[in-house]
Amino acid sequence: MRTVFLSWRTFLAGILVLLNCGLSAAQEMVADFGREGAGQDLVLRSTTDIAIFGPVVETFLQAHPDVRLRYEQWGSNELYRLSRQDCRSDEAGADIVISSAVHQMVQLVNEACAAGYRSRLTDQLPGALRWRDELWGITREPAVMVYNRDLVPAGDIPRTRFDLLDLLRPSDTRYAGRVATYDIEESGLGYLFAFADAQEASTFGALQESFGRTRAISTCCSADIIRGVAEGQYLIAYNVLGSYAQGYQQQDERIGIVLPSDYTLVLSRALMIPKQARRKPLAEAFLDFLLSPEGTLALRTALLISPLLEAEDGNEGEGLSSTALRPIGLSPALMVALDGLTRETFLRRWRATFP
Amino acid sequence: MTSLTARVAAGVAVLLIIGGVIVSIAAFAYGREAARSAFDRLLLGAAHDIASAITVQDGKPVIELPVSAFELLAFAPDDRIGYRIIGPEGKTLTGYEEIALPANRRDLRDGYFDGSFFGEPARYAIVSRRFAERTLNGTIRVVVGQTMLARNSMAYDITRKALYVLAASGLAMILLAVVVVRSVLTPLERIAGGLSARDPHDLTPMDTSVPRETAVMIDALNGFMARLDRQMNSMRHLISDTAHQLRTPVAALRAQADLFSGEADLSRKEKIVERIQTRSASLGRLLDQMLSQALVIHRGDSARRETVDLRDIALDVFEEGDHAVLNPEMDVALDIGEKPVEVLADVPSLKEALKNLLSNAFKYGRPPVRIGASLEDGKAVIWVEDAGKGPDRQTLDELGTRFNRGTLARQASSGLGLAIAHSVAVSFGGELVLEQTSGERFRAALLFDAAPARSA
Repeated sequence: MRTVFLSWRTFLAGILVLLNCGLSAAQEMVADFGREGAGQDLVLRSTTDIAIFGPVVETFLQAHPDVRLRYEQWGSNELYRLSRQDCRSDEAGADIVISSAVHQMVQLVNEACAAGYRSRLTDQLPGALRWRDELWGITREPAVMVYNRDLVPAGDIPRTRFDLLDLLRPSDTRYAGRVATYDIEESGLGYLFAFADAQEASTFGALQESFGRTRAISTCCSADIIRGVAEGQYLIAYNVLGSYAQGYQQQDERIGIVLPSDYTLVLSRALMIPKQARRKPLAEAFLDFLLSPEGTLALRTALLISPLLEAEDGNEGEGLSSTALRPIGLSPALMVALDGLTRETFLRRWRATFP
Repeated sequence: MTSLTARVAAGVAVLLIIGGVIVSIAAFAYGREAARSAFDRLLLGAAHDIASAITVQDGKPVIELPVSAFELLAFAPDDRIGYRIIGPEGKTLTGYEEIALPANRRDLRDGYFDGSFFGEPARYAIVSRRFAERTLNGTIRVVVGQTMLARNSMAYDITRKALYVLAASGLAMILLAVVVVRSVLTPLERIAGGLSARDPHDLTPMDTSVPRETAVMIDALNGFMARLDRQMNSMRHLISDTAHQLRTPVAALRAQADLFSGEADLSRKEKIVERIQTRSASLGRLLDQMLSQALVIHRGDSARRETVDLRDIALDVFEEGDHAVLNPEMDVALDIGEKPVEVLADVPSLKEALKNLLSNAFKYGRPPVRIGASLEDGKAVIWVEDAGKGPDRQTLDELGTRFNRGTLARQASSGLGLAIAHSVAVSFGGELVLEQTSGERFRAALLFDAAPARSA
């Protein structure tokens, strides 16, 4: 299993770098799993990189040899638009939709785009990780800070947001212009994190003000940001998805990862079965697989259920109290994040920070 | 349906079913109302929360939806949320344009309305907020709605709990009914047990220490047994009297018959035959009278009372004319008036009594004999009168005491005739009066309470 996983990783690493970012109108990448001409076709649309989610799919297919799974990788905003359009026109598109932009998924479920399903495994999910039995949280990924081990001295490593504020406060700080974060207009996930931050603590206002003053960089896509940190282009990246950071760290020792100890947002990618899906029983089997011990193990191996959240792994997240973990629950309250006027107001403030 | 338990069970079951249906409907209606008002308040709270978050910047309404409003709505955890914020010109500022406002409410005051949300029934609240800024003047309306899952489940929950209570109370009622039926039936079982444990000859009254409702039955039973007892007693008396009275004449007859067979002299034999004839004739009369007495006693207890005109009785006895056959030498006159003389009694018994009195008059009195019926001082009287003096005072007194002792029947036939008349009088609530009338005549009369005059 492990070897399969590694070979996947090396095989796709190049494509990942090439295609991870930039395309916006169409799917970013497509991969077919399972043997040609297998009986049943399953279409999965996801925001997760094929390279990362591929091994999980492979594990699933071992138990379902007659299934051919078409994996489409999308940007979150495009995936939302497409799914919504499919839903309104009642057009059969994907059989499974998995997105990290859970607020968009909540919105889709709210608009009656999802099919319901209940099983013993879905019932075992905590209440915050399922909604209406139409939307389920399948991963656990913290939003972390990433820094360059070589260029950031040990004393400067920010453990909390307050540490980061302190680093940025001096007028001659060497971190000016070298802190990066998501461009929240481009990335649905970045917007979600920023919005959750704004709900979580007043720190975010101050942080935003500091980012603006020190001309922090907002850019697209986890991979770009992390690579930028590793290569020394940026010194610190804020609110990067922990799963990507850890995956990168396994190949490139130059980055360090911090789970902010004041609070750490934990994202659960949401899975939904569109109501017009053609292969609902198979999609349900896939969901049950992801929630089963086997599937959980596969997700853990793919770092999608993050080992960083387990205290005994010796990483920087050690000692993080459980109250500091703030899961982004699947609830209709997330719809606020997607409201047109609210988003506009929020983005206007953001633009004022990053001109 | 003959079982009391089954009747009570059916009654309780009907009560429970009807009550259950009514309570279920009432509980469901109440549950729906309670759920509606509870969740309506949530909606209104959320709508106000959102409305108060609207501000005006550069002449445009600006809003950051308060998360708290949605967290409020998330108290109905599985319900979809719809909202729409409408600007002063009726343009949707944000939210779902799909939410249709009720067409008949043009002015759209604040309040609630029912609608649907993506095909699911939903309930909405509207809150208006007026702005009077230099740059923005008008009303912004906030519509917030929610599907009905939580409301329905709350309503069902309330209904279900009410039904639990109903089921429990129904069970209690059934248990109670069983206990009550058992305890009601206990006295009956006791009575039945007492009856079957009784000696067959025991006709004494039963224990009446039973509930009032069953005492009726006991009283009826005791009355019945008393009547049975009386009849048994009179039968016993009759049998012993008969045995006693027949023994002497039969023994005399047998003695005469013995004499006859041992007598050689023809003329004496003839005398003996004559005696035997007289004896057997009087034995026949005695038998007649005893049978009459038995009849009278039997009818006194068992015959139905009817209204009888005593004049008819006198007339019938007079016209039957038995006396004319037996005593052709005696003159009999009938003396009845115009007015009916009515009593509640039994015709054969009265006739028998009158016949006996008449035959006594023939036997011991002197002609002329008169029989009649009349009303005297509110009493109905039927009587036989003769010209003799009647028995002397001492005999009359003795007769009186013997009537009271009930031993009269052991006397010779005259006593028996009076005894029959006496029995009849007593059976129908009257009395036998033997007296000297003012006209130096002897009268034997039966006095009864006159029956109330018929409204003819």
